[in-house]
Amino acid sequence: MKALAARRHHRLMPVVLLLLALLVTGGVYAALAPAPASADTATTDDIENGAKLFQANCATCHGPDAEGRENAPSLIGVGAAAVNFQVGTGRMPMQSNGPQAIAKPRQLDAEETEQLAAYVASLGPGPSTPTAEQVDPELGDASNGSAVFRTNCAMCHNAVGAGGALSEGKFAPALWETTPTHIYEAMLTGPQSMPVFNDATLTPEEKRDVISYLVEQRDGSAGGLDLGGLGPVSEGLWVWIVGIGALIGCSVWIGAKSS
Amino acid sequence: MSEHQKSSADLVRAAGAGETDRFADPGVPAHQNRMADTDPRAAKRAERQVVILFVLSIIGTIATIVVYFAIRPDGTTASVRNANLALGLTMFLSLMGIGLAAVHWAKTLMSDHERVEERHEQRSSDEMRAAAVTVLKDGADDSGIARRGVLKGAVVTAVGLFPLTIAVPLISSVGNDWDVSKFRHTMWTKGTRLATDPSGRPIKAADMTIGSVVHVIPDAPEEERRTHHWITEKAKSVVLLIRLDPADLQEAEDRKDWSYEGIVAYSKICTHVGCPVALYEQQTHHLLCPCHQSTFDVADGAKVVFGPAKRPLPQLPIAIDDEGYLVAQDDFNEPVGPSYWERLK
Repeated sequence: MKALAARRHHRLMPVVLLLLALLVTGGVYAALAPAPASADTATTDDIENGAKLFQANCATCHGPDAEGRENAPSLIGVGAAAVNFQVGTGRMPMQSNGPQAIAKPRQLDAEETEQLAAYVASLGPGPSTPTAEQVDPELGDASNGSAVFRTNCAMCHNAVGAGGALSEGKFAPALWETTPTHIYEAMLTGPQSMPVFNDATLTPEEKRDVISYLVEQRDGSAGGLDLGGLGPVSEGLWVWIVGIGALIGCSVWIGAKSS
Repeated sequence: MSEHQKSSADLVRAAGAGETDRFADPGVPAHQNRMADTDPRAAKRAERQVVILFVLSIIGTIATIVVYFAIRPDGTTASVRNANLALGLTMFLSLMGIGLAAVHWAKTLMSDHERVEERHEQRSSDEMRAAAVTVLKDGADDSGIARRGVLKGAVVTAVGLFPLTIAVPLISSVGNDWDVSKFRHTMWTKGTRLATDPSGRPIKAADMTIGSVVHVIPDAPEEERRTHHWITEKAKSVVLLIRLDPADLQEAEDRKDWSYEGIVAYSKICTHVGCPVALYEQQTHHLLCPCHQSTFDVADGAKVVFGPAKRPLPQLPIAIDDEGYLVAQDDFNEPVGPSYWERLK
């Protein structure tokens, strides 16, 4: 310590201090800087691999240049978010025609999905996948999310996200199992029948609030059995079959003579 | 009160002229003893069962008090559910035990001999009826109501008018006011900005991408949006704003300038019975009402394509202002919501 104190007037001391300060600043920045979004890290390799995956899995319907066909939309400008949602939830590649593409076990793994997303994102500017912070339910305001969800989403997806029917065999799926990232991407891109809620009409904070509200619903109901949260259908069935059945049973027992 | 064998004989109806006595009243079936009536061991067992049921109730009551103090909700959904569940089950045990014990006691141990109670004749004797009429007549004569005509009129009028003190305020409060013209107009006026529901941000035309849907309220300061009047008026003013590909949009000649580059605004109140129509299918441009499945084609003037609704949804003509925000050109083209008796302008 003494030796260090003796050298503090050395003429090279400012240089040493400056170097130390730069090192500390750089170190702190490296530790605290936000991780860049995955879409930005796509390399040309990713895009090339993505193009191959596209030709193998998607081009039959969406066309060799993703320009779309009669029954398959153009993918130019849909962005990485749409690919990550559609492929990540297994909706695409679609296996059969029907009223709507349904979620199934994913056909491409996470890395392949990312490469495919990088390729589609390279075709034209579109919404990119959200960061982990943007979809963190812990950071959202579930109370505001409830108000936003009631106005914008509950008419199709049910008040607690249990899903509901649309016309001609289409339906709004239940949101119990959907990951926060996929919920965010669905709002951003409007897959299939769902309308688009872009960042101007529903801000990223509001989207996170909605996710927070939906994740909170997964704890179930404070009142006990929520019977699927389906409202009068399941509750009515329960009351009419189990409730009235029990009342009839009691009446028969009270009226019967004892042996 | 008499034993049943005796009374049942009285009920047998004698055959009258031209009638045949088709069947005799069988009377009450012979009394059958229960096991507990004849076998003291069975009676003892029944008694024990009743005691057990009462003890279950006692345990339920103690358990209710124990779980009330032991399981406190700490604010999480699961803890509230557990506390409710434990309280509910123990209270069920407490009350159900008493109920089951009482019924079982009555059925097995209390007397179950059938008893018939004769009903006395309902008609009073002639003397009593005559006396009652006399008393009433004496009272009327005594009051002099037949002689004093003005008094008679006064009492009838006073008693007849009194119900108005209840009826008039009651009926008047039901409707609050009878101004039906309120149904014809909403808060939308020329130049009112369209804002998002519930946050109240004004919307720019550039904010809407194709396929976008925004649930819209008229722009107003937040304090005003909290007033009772505004909330009441909001019920009529809600709008669904949708941007379609202009190529998909079919517009009537007189409505060509009511949309802005594929952005259209329609009332969210169903023309059937007034539910909020909001299930929009982006690919078919169909707007579905959740109550009775009325379906409107947004690409074609919100005309009804399915369901019980009779009229298209009223359209809100929109434009943009100098700053690029979407504004209303005017109120809706017709009164919103279901038909009512004077809905024509």
